[in-house]
Amino acid sequence: MNPAALRATTRRHFFGDCRVGLGALALGQLLGDAQTAGAATGAQISGANAPHCPARAKRVIYLFMAGAPSQFELFDYKPELQKHDGEPAPDAFFPKEKSFAFIGKGAKLLGTQRKFAKHGACGVELSELLPHMATIADDACWIKSMKTDVFNHGPAKLFMNTGFQAPGRPSFGSWVIYGIGSEAEDLPGFVVLQSGPRGPRAGNSLWSSGFLPTNLQGVPFRGTGDAILNLRSPEGWSPARQREFVDLTNQLNRERLQLTGDPEIATRINAYEMAFRMQTSAPELMELADEPAHVLAAYGAEPGQASFANNCLLARRLIERGVRFVQLYHTDWDDHGGPNENLGEPLARRCRQIDQPCAALVKDLKVRGLLEDTIVIWGGEFGRTPMGEVREGIPGRDHHVEAFTIWVAGGGFKPGHIQGVTDDFGYFAVDGQVHVHDLHATLLHQLGFDHKQLTYRFQGRDHRLTDVHGAVRHELLS
Amino acid sequence: MMLRSILLLAMIAAPRSAAADEIRFNRDVRPILSEHCWQCHGPDEANRQGELRLDDRDQAILDHGNGATIVPGEAANSLLMQRVTSDDDGERMPPVDHGPPLASKEIETLRRWIDEGAHFEGHWAFLPITNPAPPAIESGESAHNPIDHFVLKRLHESGLRASPEADKRTLLRRVYLDLIGLPPTPEEADAFERDTRPEAYEEVVERLLQSPHYGERWGRHWLDQARYADSNGYTIDAVRVMWPYRDWVIRALNADMPFDQFTIEQLAGDLLPDATREQRIATGFHRNTLINQEGGVDDEQFRIETVMDRVATTGAVWLGLTIGCAQCHTHKYDPISHREYYQFFAFFNNCEDMNNVGPTVDVHEGELFLPEESTPLHDALNNGLAHVEHLIAQRPARRAAWEQELAAKLQATASTPPPQWNTVPIRSATAEAATFTVLEDQSVLATPGIPRETYLIDAAQLVPGTKVGSLRLRFIPHESLPKQGPGLATNGNLVLSAVEVYLGEERLALVAASADHAQKDYPVDSLIDDDSGTGWSINVEPGSIAQMNAEHVVILTLGSQVDVGDRPLRFVLKHELNNDFNVGRVQFSVAEEVVDPLTDPVFVAALMVEDAQRSGEQRKLIEGKFDAGDQDLKAARAQLESVRVQLDLGPTVKTMVLREASPPRNTFLLKRGDFLQPDKDAGPLTAGVPQTFPPPTPRADGGAFDRFDLAHWLVAKDNPLTARVTVNRVWMHYFGRGLVETENDLGTRGSAPTHPELLDWLAWNFMKQGWSLKSLHRTIVTSATYRQSSHAREDAVAVDPLNLLLARQNRLRLEGEIVRDVALSASGKLSAKVGGPGSHPPQPDGVYAFTQNKKVWRTETGEGRYRRGMYTMFYRSAPYPMLSTFDAPDFQSVCTRRQRSNTPLQALTMANDVAMYELAQELAARALEQFPDSEPDALENRVKLIFERALSRPPQPSELKMVIDSLARSNAAEASDEQSRWTAVARAVMNTDEFITRE
Repeated sequence: MNPAALRATTRRHFFGDCRVGLGALALGQLLGDAQTAGAATGAQISGANAPHCPARAKRVIYLFMAGAPSQFELFDYKPELQKHDGEPAPDAFFPKEKSFAFIGKGAKLLGTQRKFAKHGACGVELSELLPHMATIADDACWIKSMKTDVFNHGPAKLFMNTGFQAPGRPSFGSWVIYGIGSEAEDLPGFVVLQSGPRGPRAGNSLWSSGFLPTNLQGVPFRGTGDAILNLRSPEGWSPARQREFVDLTNQLNRERLQLTGDPEIATRINAYEMAFRMQTSAPELMELADEPAHVLAAYGAEPGQASFANNCLLARRLIERGVRFVQLYHTDWDDHGGPNENLGEPLARRCRQIDQPCAALVKDLKVRGLLEDTIVIWGGEFGRTPMGEVREGIPGRDHHVEAFTIWVAGGGFKPGHIQGVTDDFGYFAVDGQVHVHDLHATLLHQLGFDHKQLTYRFQGRDHRLTDVHGAVRHELLS
Repeated sequence: MMLRSILLLAMIAAPRSAAADEIRFNRDVRPILSEHCWQCHGPDEANRQGELRLDDRDQAILDHGNGATIVPGEAANSLLMQRVTSDDDGERMPPVDHGPPLASKEIETLRRWIDEGAHFEGHWAFLPITNPAPPAIESGESAHNPIDHFVLKRLHESGLRASPEADKRTLLRRVYLDLIGLPPTPEEADAFERDTRPEAYEEVVERLLQSPHYGERWGRHWLDQARYADSNGYTIDAVRVMWPYRDWVIRALNADMPFDQFTIEQLAGDLLPDATREQRIATGFHRNTLINQEGGVDDEQFRIETVMDRVATTGAVWLGLTIGCAQCHTHKYDPISHREYYQFFAFFNNCEDMNNVGPTVDVHEGELFLPEESTPLHDALNNGLAHVEHLIAQRPARRAAWEQELAAKLQATASTPPPQWNTVPIRSATAEAATFTVLEDQSVLATPGIPRETYLIDAAQLVPGTKVGSLRLRFIPHESLPKQGPGLATNGNLVLSAVEVYLGEERLALVAASADHAQKDYPVDSLIDDDSGTGWSINVEPGSIAQMNAEHVVILTLGSQVDVGDRPLRFVLKHELNNDFNVGRVQFSVAEEVVDPLTDPVFVAALMVEDAQRSGEQRKLIEGKFDAGDQDLKAARAQLESVRVQLDLGPTVKTMVLREASPPRNTFLLKRGDFLQPDKDAGPLTAGVPQTFPPPTPRADGGAFDRFDLAHWLVAKDNPLTARVTVNRVWMHYFGRGLVETENDLGTRGSAPTHPELLDWLAWNFMKQGWSLKSLHRTIVTSATYRQSSHAREDAVAVDPLNLLLARQNRLRLEGEIVRDVALSASGKLSAKVGGPGSHPPQPDGVYAFTQNKKVWRTETGEGRYRRGMYTMFYRSAPYPMLSTFDAPDFQSVCTRRQRSNTPLQALTMANDVAMYELAQELAARALEQFPDSEPDALENRVKLIFERALSRPPQPSELKMVIDSLARSNAAEASDEQSRWTAVARAVMNTDEFITRE
């Protein structure tokens, strides 16, 4: 597809420009550009939005486990660590140039209390906490050698989402919409859902469009009630009255359009029409009760109850309606130790909340033929230390950037592949290390983009998601 | 966009540069070289390929043996031409993976340029600012001032004519919205329409420039660049007090402070001789950086982030350059080396603040808006504040003297016996919800009540004649309490914000407090400081030998011994700081002696250590003791407080400011921009500016440069950028686009100015008129160019589709804050109050579903509900949704230009948002009240009122008919009441595009 046509697609997405189709106002395309602060700069200069390689995937569902789950309790079983449980960690674990958030020299090695078993034909080892995930062992690509650079939650989440640890850069989702646009007629291209006791650290900068146009940013949907702020008409306004209101507003707008000839007014007329349609379509989207009982049961979803399970089902309904990028945040996996955040019941409870719906989502997408071109990512912002951190006598683990586990399913990622190996203590990846920048490069590749060419010019520089780093990791791909 | 503008400009410029016209380097050649060549053959040594530089003529014409890249006058013999035209993919430049081959037009330009001698020019924005004479205009063209001459000349060259002046009502609304951000009242609009005197418009302009709202309108533009917000950012995103800085900006602009002074005070107000408090508040500009309060962070890392942000912001705001690009390596396009970046960095690297700790200045709410002229009270306020400041500045010296005196006294009284403590018998203990048991040892055991409760504990009658000099509180663990600790928090902790002691009606003055242990940042002096925002607490740091859940003792000293007589003794324990951290068990004792809290053994041990040898904890202890007993300071503050009350000022707050660290920090080049990789081998760097610019004036003392020199350098007459950047941005606000489209990049990759001579004329005269922003505004808004109609022009579209040549004005959607302001104005509810803490208007439910911490948002019911948009409390992690929907940035970093999107979310906001809907109801109520049914033509008059209040004009007959027809339909359809039917009308008018647009 040529850049101009693609760009038109991009701009047609819900939160963007609504003037496509107003043939009489072809001029608007040109004039409007002038007023949206360089909205199309990148596209026009580099033609970056044309795919650079064949796209294997068209959409992304990112299951973000905020707070960083422990790979030692879930994925990375280390007999050697078990053997040395309780012994002081070697000094070499605390090199001078490295710091941890909370622990220091003298911290003791911590074996896991969890039982592990191999699953599927690929034989991936998973803990007893993830019985449902075990059933998609051969559908997912297991990356046990992830590496990040940042060890505080907020900056690390930003790094995982934007490739930078300071706020202000476009998120991965925004880059994707910038690259391929959205097919959704009356929903945003990039939707964010949240479950768990609190919002993720770093907040809205995680789904910010940074210096990309603001209409590419993620739009938070609430899991219950009205999905979007201000979706509901004021008290006493029936749909018929609201229609009358939109009609009068747009009549007045048309008068002004005729007088001034400003195509922005035509855009606004369309925006009101679309907003009105959305007042119907968004509630319909949220009606989980419309799903058959067996689907609800498979996810463990209960209509009306905010939960990660409901959000997984919503994610499927969103991509079915053309949404490109859905990100689910589930808090809080930050198990440092202590009565409320430890590797015992608190971790088990969070696993129960997510295990079944994650597996159900992958299977559901597969049944519907959507998994082929949908990428599902599961993971946190970093991993946890092989050393224990003890708070009030109850152990947990500190933040660890050197090696942790995530998985990716669908969208051309190799099913049943186990990537990377960590050392005997699970401290470093000794083989097949995948850096966050590599993951970004590989994801973009599957979506049809060369990460070096998907750029946007801002303040005199062509910026990209991977900055000056990253390599496509073909071994992860089928 | 940028390239498109350049191409269109080139197109527009075509008639002039056709054939006979010679190639001009900056206009024609530079964009090609910059876009395609300089990344590898430019100033960046590390990335330079094949030893070749194409940004420097001397280098480019060198022959290394196989011919020169450029042979001036001989394109055919220049290697450059062979390489860019080669058919061989391996041979041709730019390389395949760097982009497509040059267009034939670009190749032709290079060929002509070389043939004409390959003359280079410096980059236009780095050349000195000139004072071009306004060109002559054709007869019959109308010009109000030189701006029009420059604009008309370009129009004329392209065969275009300017548009006529906008109609009077449109013009009035335009200049109101542009200068003060509020629409005219219907009365003002009527009066202006009737006033046919030629000077009527200029008079309006003068009046608006004198309005206090002018400083709000233009202050908000500046605050975008200052990345001002009311919270710290990152994950915790707690509230911060920076609004005094915001108010300083409003005040400075209203006073038309010259822009050079405005610059110097913000960047280096603290370094001015005899800096005033206002000048120090101004340095809040660079304290608008983020603070990361997350647990376990490396403060140095976030300090460095802050310094880098200050560099990037200074570069963007004053220089319009992307200095930040040189953070990791030498700038690829502009002449800023990696080393020069860190020299610039050194200007800010010595600021004292370190992530969440830094200097502040006390300021009173309302103080910045006191009249300028001095009154005795005003003087007393300033003197009082100066005295307090002085005492604080002198604190180290005063403390040293105190330490000496104390050490001598301690030696003299070393043999004093320990005080005799007598347990106070308890009669009763009460609270709103908690219940108490008095145990055998006369300690009081509490059950959990409600959060932040106050305990009232009454002693049984003491033996008449008992003398009391000191009090002791023992916080004793109990098995029934959480974690067997002394507090009611789930971990056994407690946070006590104050202890008050009463003898009958008399409140006893407590002059000193000591404790065996205090949690970090919860010092024991909090108990007697009359500050409900501080408290004493008992948790411990990792690795500390202290224990939280053990007995802890607090000793409070009276100013002098008192005789109890037969008066009842009462203790009041306040818990104002944290929910659910109330005291669990406490026992009281008294002693006759006025116990010197300074005999506390831990303190004495600390005192005996040499200052330089003291641990951080010891130093803190000594400082705390001194501060608690600092009667001079307390008296000075009390005096100040009485002045504050007389002036009717609000409470004192602390606003963040800059201060230089002492001793100064060394600055090193950071390899790859990594704070863990300072290049110590290369040695420390001194502060300086990139070589390409004229250097700062050497210091009289011959010392190293600091922020003071930087600030003066930015506004020096020979700085080529600051004035250009500033006038360009002001222009942008009036026309939607700067004369240089890339207003944040005047470097070599930025776009060229559409009207280079006009830009220089404006910049030159801006400086000549004493950097007066108001003069600049006056010049622009009185020009014919500004006053043109914004209606689309079919004839101009073909020639200049983007309206770069300004054959008409542009319609501009209003900023989010101003959208709110016009709605408030239309409803008549607008509060005219200027400045002060942020306000909390209604917002939709569910805003905090996605933030780590729920923010406190108590929707206001009084004036605060109706304050201007710029005063809305702004949390970086969860901004007021209406503002974000209308493209307000999140102020994580500098914003020099806002986007203007046009989306369905905006439609939902205008239509359904609680705050907007409420204002539509108010507008309808006004119409009904003013024109009751009994009035003749009530219907038409109501519609007229709604239009005039919302749009500053009466409805057209066609519009009136649309509204009346709609009313008729709603009458037929639903039996709603009058208020509801008229709300429908007001709501529709307030949802029109015109309502939120400056036409």
